[in-house]
Amino acid sequence: MNTTAPTNQKSRSLFLTLVRFRELSIIIFILLLIGVVALNTPAFLTIENFRNILLNISILVIVALGQMMVIITRGIDLSVSSIIGLVAMMVSFTVVAFPGVSPLAALLLGMLLGAILGSFNGVIITAGKVPPIIATLGTLSIYRGMVFLYSGGTWINSFEMPDGYRALAKASPLGLPNIILFAIAIAIIVYIFLNHTRPGRDIYAVGSNPDAANVAGIPVQRTLFMVYVISGLLAGLAAVLWASRFESAQTNTALGFELQTVAAAVVGGVNIFGGSGSVIGVVLGAFLLGTIDYALILMQISPFWQLAAQGLLILVAVIVDSAIRRRLQRLGGAGEF
Amino acid sequence: MTEDVNEQVPIIQMRDISKSFSGVHALKNVRMEVFPGEVHALLGENGAGKSTLIKTMTGVYQPDSGEILLHGVPLRFSGPRHAQQQGIGAIYQEPSLFPDLDIAENIMAGRQPTRSGRVDWRAVYREAQNMLQQLGVGLDPHLKARNLSVAQQQTVEIARALSLNAQLLIMDEPTSSLTLTEVEELFRIIRQLRQSGTAVIFISHRLEELFAVADRVTILRDGQYVGTRAMSGVKTEDLIQMMVGRQVNELFPKQEAPLGDTRLEVQGLTLSGKFADVSFALHAGEILGVAGLIGAGRTDLARALFGIQPAQSGTIKIDGTAVEIRSAQQAMAQGLGFVPEDRQHHGLVLPMSIADNITLPILPRYASAGWLHAKKAKRDASAAAQRLEVKSAGIAQKAKELSGGNQQKVVLAKWLETQPRILILDEPTRGIDVGTKAAVHQLMSNLANQGVAILMISSELPEILGMSDRILVMREGRITGEFMRAEATQEKLMAAATAVSPDKSEEN
Repeated sequence: MNTTAPTNQKSRSLFLTLVRFRELSIIIFILLLIGVVALNTPAFLTIENFRNILLNISILVIVALGQMMVIITRGIDLSVSSIIGLVAMMVSFTVVAFPGVSPLAALLLGMLLGAILGSFNGVIITAGKVPPIIATLGTLSIYRGMVFLYSGGTWINSFEMPDGYRALAKASPLGLPNIILFAIAIAIIVYIFLNHTRPGRDIYAVGSNPDAANVAGIPVQRTLFMVYVISGLLAGLAAVLWASRFESAQTNTALGFELQTVAAAVVGGVNIFGGSGSVIGVVLGAFLLGTIDYALILMQISPFWQLAAQGLLILVAVIVDSAIRRRLQRLGGAGEF
Repeated sequence: MTEDVNEQVPIIQMRDISKSFSGVHALKNVRMEVFPGEVHALLGENGAGKSTLIKTMTGVYQPDSGEILLHGVPLRFSGPRHAQQQGIGAIYQEPSLFPDLDIAENIMAGRQPTRSGRVDWRAVYREAQNMLQQLGVGLDPHLKARNLSVAQQQTVEIARALSLNAQLLIMDEPTSSLTLTEVEELFRIIRQLRQSGTAVIFISHRLEELFAVADRVTILRDGQYVGTRAMSGVKTEDLIQMMVGRQVNELFPKQEAPLGDTRLEVQGLTLSGKFADVSFALHAGEILGVAGLIGAGRTDLARALFGIQPAQSGTIKIDGTAVEIRSAQQAMAQGLGFVPEDRQHHGLVLPMSIADNITLPILPRYASAGWLHAKKAKRDASAAAQRLEVKSAGIAQKAKELSGGNQQKVVLAKWLETQPRILILDEPTRGIDVGTKAAVHQLMSNLANQGVAILMISSELPEILGMSDRILVMREGRITGEFMRAEATQEKLMAAATAVSPDKSEEN
C-alpha cells in the first residue's frame, strides 16, 4: 500500500477490533455507569443490588430476545406488551378458577396463548402483506382491548392466586430466583437457535437481503411467520412470569412495555434495518437499561428522568451505530483494491 | 476449434424462443447453443432482448413458444429454483449477497449441512474454502460480505454457483463496475471455469472484453436472432454492424471546438480521505476528461464541485470570481449541472414519470405564487425528451420502466433543461448500448460547440481518448497526470493512473 493512503492503519485496526466486539463497547459503558453511580452512592456496589437488577430485567430479556429476532428480519413487534397483558389475564383467571393446575401447565398455557396471538401477527404480515409496524400497532390495540373485554374491567389480586403460581417466578430452589434462571435458559436456547440451526440462520439471511434469501431457496414467508410466533410465545411466557412476580393481573399490565423491548434490542446493537443482532448484545442492552433505572431510583432521582434517560440512551445508541456503519462502509469501500 | 465443439452435446439449446409482454414481442424465434467449456458472449443493444433471453434460461420467464433443451433433453423450468437445481447459475451486475453474513455462509446459505439439527459449521467453512480454492482466490471465508469489493462479491457468487454444481454460468455485465485489474482477475477465473468444462454466457457492452475472453458470440437485435460467430473470425466493426443494423463509423465524434475563456478554475481543493490538492482549469467549449481507477477520488471530486459533499479547503472560481458551493442548490445557481454515476439512485426518481424527472430541478420556473403550471411543464418536458430521442411509451411512463440507455437520456435531458454552463458527467455511458452511446457522445460534442464546459469522468479509456480535448488522470485522490488530446495514449494514461512508468506497463 502506498504511503499516501488516507487512513491510518493502526487506528483503523483498533477501530475494527472495537466494532467487531460491539458488545465490548456496551460493557465499557455499563462499567462507566456503575463507576459514576458508585462514586455518588457507595451503597450501590452490593451483590444484593446486582441481584435486584437481574431480577428486574429478566422479563425484559425474555421479551427483548423475541423482539430482536423480529427486528433482524426488518420487522418490529409492538404488540408484545398487549400480548403480555392479555395472556397474564387469561392465565391468571384460569389458575384462579382451577387452583389445582400445576404452575408448569400455566407456563405452557401462557406460551401457547402467546404463540397463537403471535401467529395472528404473522398471518397479517405474511399473507396480508401489511407492514409489521402497522400490523402490530393494530394488534397492540386489539389485544389490549381484548384484555378489557375478557376481564370485564376486573383484575386478579395477589390473595386470589394459588401459592404455587405466585412462587413460580420468585422461588429460588436452585440458589437464584426462578425468573432469572428462566431468562438465562431462554437466552441460551435463543443463542443456540440463532447460531446453530438452519431456521435460525435463515432469520439473519432474510433480514440481510430478502431477495437473495428467496433466490437461495430460503422459505422467506415461513421465516417471517415464525419470528412473530416466537415473539408471541416468549411474550406469553413472560406474561405468566409477570403475573407471578407482581402477584396480579390488571388491565394495564405491561402497558408501554413494547418500547422497552425495542430499546433493549437497539441499545444492544441490533440493527433496526435488519440483518444483525446478537443475544449477548440484547442481554447487555437490557442490563444497561436496568442499571440506569435502578441507579436513578437509588439516587432518588425523579422517575420522570427514567424515561428521559432511556430515550436518550436509545438515541445515542442509534447515532453511534450509524456512525460506525458509515465509517465501516468508507473503510470497506474506496481505495482498498 | 468450432468443429470439435460441435461434436459435443450442448449444455443448453434455445430453439425458436418467443416471448411477448402485453402484445409486444421481446423475443422472436431466438436461438442459442452453448457447449461445455465454452465462453459464449451475448451481444445486443439495450432492449435487444438479452435480459429476456437470460430470464427464460434461468426460469424467471416461461417462453410463449419454442424449446429449451438441457443436455439434449427438452425441459420446462418451473422457476428460478428449478433452473438452479438443473445447474444453471447467474451472476448479475449488482451482486446480491447477504451483507451481514460471512463469505462461507453466503456460499452455503439455505443449505448449510446439519448434524442432528445443528449446523455443522466446520463443514460449512470446509466447503466454502474448497470452492474458493478451486477458483484460485485467497479470500478468508470468515469475512463479512459487507466489507468486500464488488469484484470480491462476484467471486463469492461464482463460488456459490459452483457449489450448486452449476454447469452453465450466466454473467450479466459483470465487469461494469470493476477496475481493470479486477476485470483481469475475473477473466482468469472465467478461463479456469472453461478449462474445467463449465460453460459461461458473458454479457458486456465493452467489445474489447469479448475479444479477450469469449470463444463465440451470439448477437440479438430488436428481439431477433442476428447470428452467431466465432470471436476469432470477426472484427469490431462487424459486431457493431450486426448489433445496430447499420454502420456506426465514428464512435467518438468529438468535433474541434474553439476554446473559450476559463469557465471553472479549481485551486488546491482538498477533502480529507477522498482527494487532496486538486487544481485544474476548465474552459468554455472544452471537454476535460478525468481518467483513473475506481476509487481514485474522481467521483468524490465531482460531488464536491457540485456541493453534495463540499471540499474542506481550496478555492473554486467560476468566470474568474471565487464562489462558495456548499449545496447542490448553490451549484445549480452557479450554472452547474451534474449527471451522476449511479443514475438509478442519484440521477432519477425511478417511480416518477419521465416528465416529472425532467422538470424536477427547474420546477420553480413553472410555479407562480405556489401554483404549478403543469401543462407548460409537460410541454417542455416532452420537447426535451424528443430532442434527445428518448424511446418510451410517452412522457408519462415511469423512469424505472425504461432501458438503461433511455434512462441516461432522461437524466441528460433533465440537466440540459437547466441550461448549465458547466456540466459534470460521471461515467455518462456506463452500461448503455452502442447506439445510445454514440448519441450521448454526439450530444456532448454539440454542447461543447455551444460553449458549455464539460468535465467528463470515465473509466473507459477509449471514451476518454476519443472525447476529451484534455485529460486529467487521478490516482489516490491526487492529479497525477495531464495530457493534451494529441499526446495521450492508453499506455500513458494507465501509467499515470497506476503509478507505473510507461515501459514497465507494456510488459503486462
